Amino acid sequence: MSGGHDHHSGGLNLTLHVWRQKDAQAEGRFETYALQGISEHCSFLEMLDQLNEQLLREGRDPVAFDHDCREGICGSCGVVINGQAHGPDRETATCQLHMRRFHDGDTIYVEPFRAKAFPIQRDLVVDRSAFDRIVSKGGFVSVNTGAPQDANGLPVPKENADLAMDAASCIGCGACVAACPNAAAMLFVGAKISHLGLLPQGAPERRRRVLAMVEQMDRDGFGNCGNIYECEAACPKSISVENIARLNREYIVASACERPAVERIGD
Amino acid sequence: MSTTAIQGSPKLVSKCPSGPMSERWDKHRFDLKLVNPANRRKYHVLVVGTGLAGASAAASLAEMGYRVTVLCIHDSPRRAHSIAAQGGINAAKNYPNDGDSIRRLFYDTVKGGDYRAREANVYRLAQVSNSIIDQCVAQGVPFARDYGGLLDNRSFGGAQVARTFYARGQTGQQLLIGAYHALMRQVGLGKVALFPRREMLDLVVVDGVARGVVARELTGGAIESYAADAVLLCTGGYGNVFFLSTNAKFSNATAIWRAHKRGALFGNPCFTQIHPTCIPVSGSYQSKLTLMSESLRNDGRVWVPKSKGDRRSPDQIPEADRDYYLERLYPSFGNLVPRDIASRRAKEMVDEGRGVGETAMAVYLDFRDAIQRDGAPKIREKYGNLFQMYERITADDPYHVPMRIYPAVHYTMGGLWVDYNLESTIPGLFVLGEANFSDHGANRLGASALMQGLADGYFVIPATIASHLAGRKLPKVTTDHAQFKQVEGEVQARLRRLLAIDGRRSADDLHRDLGLAMWEHCGMGRSDAGLSKGLAKIRALRSEFWENLRVLGQGEELNRELEKAGRVADFMELAELMVLDAQYRKESCGGHFRVEYQTEEGEALRDDANFCHVAAWEHTEEGGAMRWNLHQEPLSFEEVKLTQRSYK
Ligand SMILES: Cc1cc2nc3c(=O)[nH]c(=O)nc-3n(C[C@H](O)[C@H](O)[C@H](O)COP(=O)(O)OP(=O)(O)OC[C@H]3O[C@@H](n4cnc5c(N)ncnc54)[C@H](O)[C@@H]3O)c2cc1C
Ligand code: FES
Repeated sequence: MSGGHDHHSGGLNLTLHVWRQKDAQAEGRFETYALQGISEHCSFLEMLDQLNEQLLREGRDPVAFDHDCREGICGSCGVVINGQAHGPDRETATCQLHMRRFHDGDTIYVEPFRAKAFPIQRDLVVDRSAFDRIVSKGGFVSVNTGAPQDANGLPVPKENADLAMDAASCIGCGACVAACPNAAAMLFVGAKISHLGLLPQGAPERRRRVLAMVEQMDRDGFGNCGNIYECEAACPKSISVENIARLNREYIVASACERPAVERIGD
Repeated sequence: MSTTAIQGSPKLVSKCPSGPMSERWDKHRFDLKLVNPANRRKYHVLVVGTGLAGASAAASLAEMGYRVTVLCIHDSPRRAHSIAAQGGINAAKNYPNDGDSIRRLFYDTVKGGDYRAREANVYRLAQVSNSIIDQCVAQGVPFARDYGGLLDNRSFGGAQVARTFYARGQTGQQLLIGAYHALMRQVGLGKVALFPRREMLDLVVVDGVARGVVARELTGGAIESYAADAVLLCTGGYGNVFFLSTNAKFSNATAIWRAHKRGALFGNPCFTQIHPTCIPVSGSYQSKLTLMSESLRNDGRVWVPKSKGDRRSPDQIPEADRDYYLERLYPSFGNLVPRDIASRRAKEMVDEGRGVGETAMAVYLDFRDAIQRDGAPKIREKYGNLFQMYERITADDPYHVPMRIYPAVHYTMGGLWVDYNLESTIPGLFVLGEANFSDHGANRLGASALMQGLADGYFVIPATIASHLAGRKLPKVTTDHAQFKQVEGEVQARLRRLLAIDGRRSADDLHRDLGLAMWEHCGMGRSDAGLSKGLAKIRALRSEFWENLRVLGQGEELNRELEKAGRVADFMELAELMVLDAQYRKESCGGHFRVEYQTEEGEALRDDANFCHVAAWEHTEEGGAMRWNLHQEPLSFEEVKLTQRSYK
């Protein structure tokens, strides 16, 4: 990232090609907009805010995009910028990308995350509820609210706790799926399997969990991992592909050992 | 406006149990009615919002056997605003053996709130805090641990013990994922019906009891009704009334505001927390503000130049020309004074013309001395991710240039008034988490909001909801009821009205002006004259809004401008009540600082003789204009003696 302050006091002049699509059924296409005088200090989403203000003034429909926290943690935002999910910076969600990364006169293509399992709802907004369906099949520890044992009753080796935390920092944005040529969800599922499987609390359900989650992943139309690792490169939290290896190991062991009635997991 | 107060109002029955403080919650639970397990599936509970409060409540109630419906504004419940909390969650475990106890957590919270919270509620909060940690660990929340594999704690402002549990700088994320997992488990089991991308737009009250809501499906715009036997609002705080705040962009007041207009009293609306360490505003395009964790004040030193208008770069300002004003004014707490004090002092420096940076609307938070003392690697280990976040946003490297920080709106202690059961003044309407006014008085301590949200959802509501379900006759009501049709019609009409204005200004643009007026007149320093000015500006803006708003498109499609417009319309009304409440409360307490009421040293001066109560406002209408009746719930302090806070 280029540091320091840019001295074009007039700001950046940009040409944007933005994917516009009225709803899930409509045909989409790129539309081109010229934006002038964008401050290099504003964020990518604040640049889109300004585009929307301009469109509104001109009586044209603003561009719909998802966002909420604008600090890289809720996983709402996420667009493909010049062919890259979340844009050019590593470990950076779309909302954390700043315009100082771009230059005066740049042309920028902005598209939604594309995957069969993430239907477009409007413009840059996609439906990622497939992730929730996968979690609902087994991405949890089956414990009711009540009186579990004292929190310190079960020590967890620090290394395991740290690795679990690394995996648990996934924000569920779906960039891994968007970046993968096969639209696989292996990094997302792998992160969940690692997070829960590395902790003693998650151990009893390990096998049922991995079988149930993978089954739902397939049912929702996610592809298979081709070991290309675009997912890790696009991940704003740099979730490691080692989680995919762990997912594969767990799955093989679980398939060999048992085939439970996965529908009832969670009872 | 003149207000007549109804003291010890019959509308405000706190239902706090009596007896020894430490036995009250137990006693209350014993006295509460129960719904037997076989009957629970006959009751239908509607939960709005999926932050910590909503997700934990929905999961727990479904586990108990109730039928639960959840409305979620995002595409996934995991995205709720709670996800962004950084620092940690308090509990009275006393694992470090440093003298903590339930009583001490209770005491710190009452004192930190400047004696404007209900003692019995706060005691209960402290009591259940330990179970929250147990619950979260059992769910697989990866809290920080030491090399022995046991849980680690850190300390936070306003406390002298280390009682804060944390998961790196992402505690809110991890706690919410825990609650989300529990919720999704119930969804998978068919016990919870989850409706994503739904925004509640109004409350439906039938025969005086809350029986459901009307919501908008956000991708296609359909107006939908949801009927239930109890409604839980878990829709978070209203800090975004200021436009710029640390809250997520979707956080809004519509759910509680609509409920308020249907009869729920609003408690202490002016109690707002302004967090001292945020990244300052950099330009007119600014869409939100980013918090820099309070933990930075452990090592950073806050300063401004001694003389006005000193525009030298910080490395050119010698020690003798710097004013480390917090260390100067508060020798014993120094840079670690509570949030309200640190914020107010920063504003004073800027108002005196000693602010720094391009806009002169900031103060320095300097790590030079800490780096010299401990070395950069040590500082990186502690704060690396925060420094990186700062550099990403500002392009300045805090290892070499002091951070520029400024206070920003962060949290709202006010909210819908609730009794000890978390029930509002509308029977059957419960309010949980930041949306209610309950536990933090006039100032919330760090790491206590997460605790409260989860206490409400995991432990309080599962017990108290039976008071309503088993205690009242609830005739069957479906969405065919005339009242649902009536409210649907009103919601539709309102949306049509917003779409038809056809003016020139966007909702954001008008919202920004509202935020400026609030920040200037109802922010860190409030005065009677300033508040009157603020009120005039708010009213003028509200008229402009209804004449000059521009929303394009239709209601029957994904329409973000229409969503925003509805929220801003409600903020425009809520702002008026906040100003009114601030004007009414002629004392300074916690985050509410009235410049007329301060000690000689410039500290907040409470007036316990006249204001030791909750101000709860009842909405009425007079000739089409909003009016409010004031009800007071007196606060009594039996366990913690009323004293002036001192951090000198
Ligand atoms: C940056 C930041 C850091 C923080 N750090 C800490 C910390 O370290 N420790 C701590 O204790 N506290 C912290 N807090 C405060 C704490 O995060 C919140 O007070 C708490 O998470 C609120 O939880 P909640 O469940 O009440 O509401 P929320 O998490 O706000 O959830 C409510 C949800 O309801 C949605 N909603 C609103 N209106 C509607 C509607 N009409 N229909 C449907 N949905 C609606 C909202 O969009 C929101 O997602 C922090 C806050 C911020 C902003
Ligand atoms: S808006 Fe929350 S991660 Fe980007």
